[in-house]
Amino acid sequence: MTDRYDAIVIGAGHNGLVCSALLAKAGRRVLVLEANERVGGAAITREFADGYSVSACAHLLYQLQPKVQKELGLSTTFASEAMQTIALSQDGRHVRYASGKVSGVSDADVSSYRQFHRQMTRFAELLNTYLNTTPPRLGTSEFRDLATLARLGFDLRRLGRDEMQTFLRLVGINIHDEVTERFESPLLRGALSFDAVLGTHLGPRSPNTIMTYLYRLAGGHGRLSVPRGGMGSLAEDLARAARDAGATIRTGTPVRRIVVENGRAAGVETAAGERFESFTIVSNVDPKRTIMELVGARHVETGFTRRIDNIRMRGNAAKLHLALDGLPAITGLAKAEFGERLVIAPDEHYVECAFNPAKYGESSPQPVVEMTFPSFRDAALAPTGRHVMSCVVQYAPCALKGGWTDAARQAFEKACIETIARYAPGIESRIKASELLTPADIEREFHITGGHWHHGELALDQFMFVRPVCGAAQYRMPLDGLYLCGAGAHPGGGVSGAAGRNAARFILREQSA
Amino acid sequence: MKTYDAIVVGAGHNGLTTAAFLAKAGLNVVCVEKNDYIGGAAVSRNLHEDWIYSNCSYVCSLLRPEIYRALELHRHGLQVTPFGGSLTFMQNGDYYGSYHDPEVAYRERARFSRRDADAYERYRSDTMRQCRIIRDFLLSTPPDPTSFRPKDLLGLLRIGRKFLEVGEDRIYETIRFWTMSVAEYLDEYFETDVIKAAMSGSGIIGTALGIHSPGTAYVLLHHYMGDVDGNVGSWGFARGGMGAVSNAIAGAFQSYGGELRTQAGVDRIIVRNGKAQGVGLENGDELSANIVVSAMDVKRTFLQCMDRSDVDADFYTRVENFKIRGSSGKLNIALDGLPTFPALPEGSSLHISDMHFIDSMERMERAYDDWKAGTWSKDPYIDMVIPTTVDPTMAPPGKHFMSCFIQYCPYQVEGRDWTDREREAFAKTVIQQIANYSPDFKDLIVHYEVRTPADIEAQIGITEGNIFHGELTMDQLLFNRPVPGYAQYRSPVAGLYMCGSSTHPGGGVMAAPGANAAREILADLKRPNTVPENFGDD
Repeated sequence: MTDRYDAIVIGAGHNGLVCSALLAKAGRRVLVLEANERVGGAAITREFADGYSVSACAHLLYQLQPKVQKELGLSTTFASEAMQTIALSQDGRHVRYASGKVSGVSDADVSSYRQFHRQMTRFAELLNTYLNTTPPRLGTSEFRDLATLARLGFDLRRLGRDEMQTFLRLVGINIHDEVTERFESPLLRGALSFDAVLGTHLGPRSPNTIMTYLYRLAGGHGRLSVPRGGMGSLAEDLARAARDAGATIRTGTPVRRIVVENGRAAGVETAAGERFESFTIVSNVDPKRTIMELVGARHVETGFTRRIDNIRMRGNAAKLHLALDGLPAITGLAKAEFGERLVIAPDEHYVECAFNPAKYGESSPQPVVEMTFPSFRDAALAPTGRHVMSCVVQYAPCALKGGWTDAARQAFEKACIETIARYAPGIESRIKASELLTPADIEREFHITGGHWHHGELALDQFMFVRPVCGAAQYRMPLDGLYLCGAGAHPGGGVSGAAGRNAARFILREQSA
Repeated sequence: MKTYDAIVVGAGHNGLTTAAFLAKAGLNVVCVEKNDYIGGAAVSRNLHEDWIYSNCSYVCSLLRPEIYRALELHRHGLQVTPFGGSLTFMQNGDYYGSYHDPEVAYRERARFSRRDADAYERYRSDTMRQCRIIRDFLLSTPPDPTSFRPKDLLGLLRIGRKFLEVGEDRIYETIRFWTMSVAEYLDEYFETDVIKAAMSGSGIIGTALGIHSPGTAYVLLHHYMGDVDGNVGSWGFARGGMGAVSNAIAGAFQSYGGELRTQAGVDRIIVRNGKAQGVGLENGDELSANIVVSAMDVKRTFLQCMDRSDVDADFYTRVENFKIRGSSGKLNIALDGLPTFPALPEGSSLHISDMHFIDSMERMERAYDDWKAGTWSKDPYIDMVIPTTVDPTMAPPGKHFMSCFIQYCPYQVEGRDWTDREREAFAKTVIQQIANYSPDFKDLIVHYEVRTPADIEAQIGITEGNIFHGELTMDQLLFNRPVPGYAQYRSPVAGLYMCGSSTHPGGGVMAAPGANAAREILADLKRPNTVPENFGDD
């Protein structure tokens, strides 16, 4: 049987949901097809051990675009908001920072951090306005493109001479040089370096890690929050918004291929063989999978497939979930502070050394760790008195030399727990169950090539005008009727909804024209 | 106290170039040099018996032909001999050669991968397209994007047009090329490790970056954008060593009536009420002029030869933060004869070529990890040439001079100064690396000179011995080089100019910074311009 829709969205990740909700709000008849049993993609909450639930992939909300919340009237409530980051020190003399304020460092550092944060947020705001618009095409004479470019130039100059000079200098530079020039405290330097390389295949010394840092600040100024019930509840909320607007969401319905007829996208065919017709196919799937698997290389010209093939999306961030029979003791950490974001990155050199092996397809013997205890502020996630620990651990390259064998997994999990135990002595004895999600697992569970959060490395050569690839930065793929709305498109990953929103707006604008 | 129209500090190739063009315009110019020889890092030195060492820079390619012609360097004895091919020895006993003859080159690549052999033409034309874009801006002063002066707006417009005229797809490719790493750039064309490794070297020579560091693809250009007799991308030896380049420029300078003073180290640049007044020499003498041009790197100029109070604090910190890092060393070797390389077939043209010993991308990157850890690469990337194979004038008959450029070599070892033991260990590392492929090499060594970044700093004066006078990263290119707002060869001090490689377009024996600086100075003096325009390509 076949059924016709105004638009079919493949994948109910948060961007897919945002996009379909906005299309539906605009009166389109929208069908959303999700391979997994539940919506959310990489933004879900699921049980990983008996009675213990966790945000399985993304676990912190950085930059959910306010515009998205407003336009979709989201009613998400938060378990924790404006979280602090606590850079752990083995001797208990931790460094705490949040929105421009830092404690546990010298007065000099306090003021230079305030200044650093002010400058960075200023640049991040500038960046943010462009994260929320479709990147202009270059070298065209389209009024819209030229206008956007002119505005970009104007906004740059409006920074003022000095700030503009600094911005032009910083945007390509690495975080390592900045933090070493500005700060004395190794802990602060390490934590900020980690912030910049989180989820990337970059080390603090890699140029353009300032850009990734700015990206993290964009949207929420780096304010951190966790939805009550974990990321999944945000996804549910988005799904509700989409349904309320009239979209149909079918889960457990993997798409086998995008049907191409007379050189244009004409519908989709599910794994079960069902066919749905639409002249607007919007893919929330990463660009590689979309073109190479769903469309098929033979339907697009070779130059384009080569570029798609060249997109770098080597995931390096693994998730480690621990079920604990109680809170561990962390030297020098007050009980109340278990609700904050804890970071293990003693100094910038440590982070760089953790990155080195990743370049050769090896996992870090001494990983950098981002820890949260979601159950601390959200008891429902664990049995009473018990706790869930959700960690992002780097670096664990997706394509590990020799593959992610059981031995390799155990070795890496051991390295992580030993690292954590150095700060939380005796935590081993509290672990009742654990789950390690390597990028390879993330690839399998969430269908993201390379298990890369951003659906493609967040680097200047894959950013703005050239994201996901040259000549396709406007959400439109070079196959009529096919659009991209996932993190692989501009601006990139993070639970922000920006890509989904931009895509929806672009599609509506194009079709109304 | 002697008075001149202009004083140029430092008789390196850029200082001499500025001096020459100013003298050509009729100015009374003196060029002062701290060493008892001229040339800075473009120098030939007789350090052992009858051997002549190009003991810093060792090959010639980037020198702008416009300057060569304008200064008639051929008349002053400069002769550049092209030399062919390069070679990478492999650990499995094989080798990968790159030849000038496209047919041979194709067959060689096809020996490893037909796909790579086919991809090369695409690689070459894409890369050369990037070269042409940048080559147009070498002999021009970068516009200031923050200024509203017509000159700058026009300059921006020109860059914009040049950038846009290549067409939409090309624009995107250019953006990517400027921002990506050399490893990723090569990955997009080639599959064979050794072929990529052989090419990636050009992306990291002289920089404190690894082949996986974003921005290194651009550095490729600094090794491709040169030419010999108009053959873009080809390399050559200056007959008599690299000193021949400096000597020829000096010859031109003197033929225009310029005065050259060696053993005249500058102790300080004299600034009175915000204006440059002259220089004070180490021997106590003072020379006075309203124009002082520094060919020294920007750090040495402002942090060592001036008072902190001479420039505003903001500028001072920006100079302090200018990145100029020691990352490469040299080993100059006098040989009793030509070493043999069993891996090479008898009579192969590659016996006369640029030799390398790293055959995988992983080894390339690991060499960088050692540098990050504060030590020299234990398995270093060596760029080894034997100029005497094409230029017999540099060694006694039958003997040879070998120049080894080594990446990576730190300015300090784990934060401490180099000890003699460490310098020897460093030399041994390099010698062993070569000896692994040439059994008789060690026995042929009659003398060698070790040059760590610290040695180069001590002798030449370049901060941390950085061959480019500052990293070639995006934050230090074009209008950001050396310091945002001062990329037009002028400094915050009236009458004080910069003409060294710290300025646009950066290092390499190119002489473009020197020429551009001269143009700006002559413009300020309302003198007729003696500096040639860009020839432009095709």
